[in-house]
Amino acid sequence: MSFLVVDHVSKFFPGHAGGGDVCIFKDVTLKVDKGEFVTVIGHSGCGKSTLLNIIAGLETLSEGGVILNGREVSGPGLDRMVVFQNFALMPWMTVFENIALAVRSAYPDWDQAQVVAHVHKYIALVGLKGAEDKRPIALSGGMKQRVGLARAFSIEPKVLLLDEPFAQIDALTRGVIQEELVQMWNATRNTVFMVTHDVDEAILLSDRIMLMTNGPSSRIAEIVDVTIPRPRSRDTVIEHPHYYKIRNHVIHFLVRHAAHGVASERGVQRESPAAAPLVVRF
Amino acid sequence: MKTHGNGSPWMISVFILVIFLGGWHLLTLRTSFDAKGKTDEQLQMMEFNGDIVRAGAGGYIWNPEKMKGVPGPLAVVEKARTELSEAFVIKGTNDHGIAYLVLYTVSRFAAGFLAASVVAILFGILLGLNRVLFRAVNPFIQILKPISPLAWMPLLLYTVKDPKWTAILVVFMAAVWPTLATTAFGVSSLKKEYLHVAAILQLSRFKRLYRVILPGAAPTIVNGLRIAFGSALVAVVPAEMLLGELGVGYLSWIEWNNLDIAGVIFAILVVGVVGVILDSGFNKLAGLVTYQE
Repeated sequence: MSFLVVDHVSKFFPGHAGGGDVCIFKDVTLKVDKGEFVTVIGHSGCGKSTLLNIIAGLETLSEGGVILNGREVSGPGLDRMVVFQNFALMPWMTVFENIALAVRSAYPDWDQAQVVAHVHKYIALVGLKGAEDKRPIALSGGMKQRVGLARAFSIEPKVLLLDEPFAQIDALTRGVIQEELVQMWNATRNTVFMVTHDVDEAILLSDRIMLMTNGPSSRIAEIVDVTIPRPRSRDTVIEHPHYYKIRNHVIHFLVRHAAHGVASERGVQRESPAAAPLVVRF
Repeated sequence: MKTHGNGSPWMISVFILVIFLGGWHLLTLRTSFDAKGKTDEQLQMMEFNGDIVRAGAGGYIWNPEKMKGVPGPLAVVEKARTELSEAFVIKGTNDHGIAYLVLYTVSRFAAGFLAASVVAILFGILLGLNRVLFRAVNPFIQILKPISPLAWMPLLLYTVKDPKWTAILVVFMAAVWPTLATTAFGVSSLKKEYLHVAAILQLSRFKRLYRVILPGAAPTIVNGLRIAFGSALVAVVPAEMLLGELGVGYLSWIEWNNLDIAGVIFAILVVGVVGVILDSGFNKLAGLVTYQE
């Protein structure tokens, strides 16, 4: 059995007056192995962030279940840490305090010296040495998200959930932090579930990319294997022969087919929306 | 091109003060008494009424003991000098030095304001965390909030039967509503990401409250406290006047009863100075708990 299983999960929101419930997504099933990096890509409003929040336990699901390491999860917990799109750092705490809050919660038995050493280790890992006592207001967006990543990695969760982590960071900084994330992930081999809009980001980081159709009633239509060997880096990955094949496929899907969920490029017509996603491998 | 905003504001402040004091002095200046055109009978009547007194050389001057019109700045300075020189003197049950009066007012204010703040913040958090309760209680807050704290005084005096406590409760009533309303608002509008982080990190109820909710809502709470502070400061003066409790508000009233208008003006100035000192203290405290986003 896979490490993380999202099993036939559906989400409905109560509709407007008179109307019935609105289906955000239906019957989503996905399996993530331990140490795997899986990304969901889809247009805004397809429910991918809702899916991530359901895995995190921050939102309830309407049908189905989420199973982590053989146990069904209910509610948020330290085993599933989120890196938020808008960073979600406490503005009244320094960089050190923000991470220490997480470390103390994850390791309540540690003494002060252990906490301090652990926090400093992760601050150094994201290259923020010297910024320990700064508050988030004094940091750039890129630095803020480095703190967010350090906080998430520092509690060594079973699954890292990245919710469009670089969407609010300028393009140049984004590339640098993506590279840093690759290195952190290479060192830790965490299980990661990421949600993004950014195709290049998905290819650089992921083992598999799940393509989600547009909402309402969206679903995962295709799963693309990223057949580019690791370790990857931004400049070498684009030279791999599969890079543009994968990229073009994903973009074609997003531009032409996400609205109806038909993978017509490969001549495959869906029989029913509930069918298993098509696995694409180059 | 000329730019506006040149020059030192300090200089302008001094200029305004000089103009004000000079104008005040000139407007309240009394011309010396002129007996011309008045019959002996009229003069005798005025002397009998105490308006004028006989000066050494047989002429008359205005009676300096009898106040007429608004006193000038010099009279107020003179009054301030005597009051300040006796600041720590207690002459009788109702005649305490100005330092004591300030102390009484400040402690009365502090007691009412602090009690109101604690109660309002606790209930505000409760309401802010519970949407249903907030909506259930909000109509009552909206009705109670605009009531002048002084309107409560007769009822409070009747119930607690003690003017000391009534004065503190009037301050309490003035300070409790703004803080309550803004605390509830601040807590309920806290960014949900902060609560999400707290939930993922499995913070205990207590830790979530004092590490996340309270500091997160602190800027809004401080804004409420600031409004409450002003409103309580406004309420403490008339409360003392009406209840006859010793303090700077009482000083203003007792000087009025003595028809000592210079004393009234002095009392007004003292109220202003006390307000400024309390306010700057408050701002220092507020700076410690607020943050920038």
